[in-house]
Amino acid sequence: MMKLFQRVSGFFSSLFGAKKQIKLGLYGPPNGGKTTLANRICEDWLGEEMGSASALAHETREITVKESIVIKNSDGRELTFNLVDTPGIATKIDYEEFIKAGMSDSEAKKRAKEATKGVIDAIRWLDDVNTVIVVLDATKDPYSQVNITIVGNLEARDIPVLIVANKIDLKKADIKRIEAAFPQYDVIGISAKHGKNIEDFYNKLFEVTK
Amino acid sequence: MSLTLQFVPYSQIAPMSGSERVDYLLGIAKKEKIVLLEGRLSPDQEAALIEKTMQSINKRFKGIELSVVYPDADSKELFTKIKHHVVNFLLGNRSGFTIIGPASVVKEIKQDPDKIQLLTQ
Repeated sequence: MMKLFQRVSGFFSSLFGAKKQIKLGLYGPPNGGKTTLANRICEDWLGEEMGSASALAHETREITVKESIVIKNSDGRELTFNLVDTPGIATKIDYEEFIKAGMSDSEAKKRAKEATKGVIDAIRWLDDVNTVIVVLDATKDPYSQVNITIVGNLEARDIPVLIVANKIDLKKADIKRIEAAFPQYDVIGISAKHGKNIEDFYNKLFEVTK
Repeated sequence: MSLTLQFVPYSQIAPMSGSERVDYLLGIAKKEKIVLLEGRLSPDQEAALIEKTMQSINKRFKGIELSVVYPDADSKELFTKIKHHVVNFLLGNRSGFTIIGPASVVKEIKQDPDKIQLLTQ
């Protein structure tokens, strides 16, 4: 019944030219700076943060959605989207790493369990987002299979992608390596933490969501 | 420390469904063996492999290291692209190979376009 209602509602929306709701997903491996970028976007356009970021991996373990963010470009054009911050996608999670970082045994096990669920949720949400920003740490090797799997899945679903090379304020950052790894995509270098090149990032968003 | 590599020819997984392939390959990795698969999984099967890996994590099994070596994947030449599409359509993704190593055995797989480095624990 619900599906029938959604179909009828979708039909009338398309008939009267209602704009498609953009769900902009932030995807990437852990510690790339997804939540820092989400906070930057929310602070710039809503005046508030979205979530907590940390140097410790798997700080974001649940999908977070901030609805109806409106951004403007220099031409006065507006872009409205729901921002979906996802947990970092990983192929392994070892609770002992969290113990080494100073957590108690029970805290570490809880965090690891939540992190595994977070990865599963992030993968399942691939079916619900319609534009994706892949956030990569520009100081790290981009040729990881997780990055390739994420981009491959977006390509298979025909989802528009913008690749962000984050942390360009750091000395070891190398945007060219990321560009070489993903030559078929636009790559924009930013520092989400310090706001470096963020205007160019917003302009690219307009291009990708066209 | 000894390492066990299990070679899986593509013909072995070809008759399996996507879900069966993932279960089969993950099952080998959970036995602390390194899987060397001829060819590659599709992107959605790779995502399913990560998802099932996460569901399997416990005190003993901490996940996997995954790497795919796929020659000419980024080729911009039209002929090469068409050739790959036709071969993949007819025979499945048989080109290249996939390494799936249990995280307890394989610490990291470093991947460059042309070489692969397996670092053990």
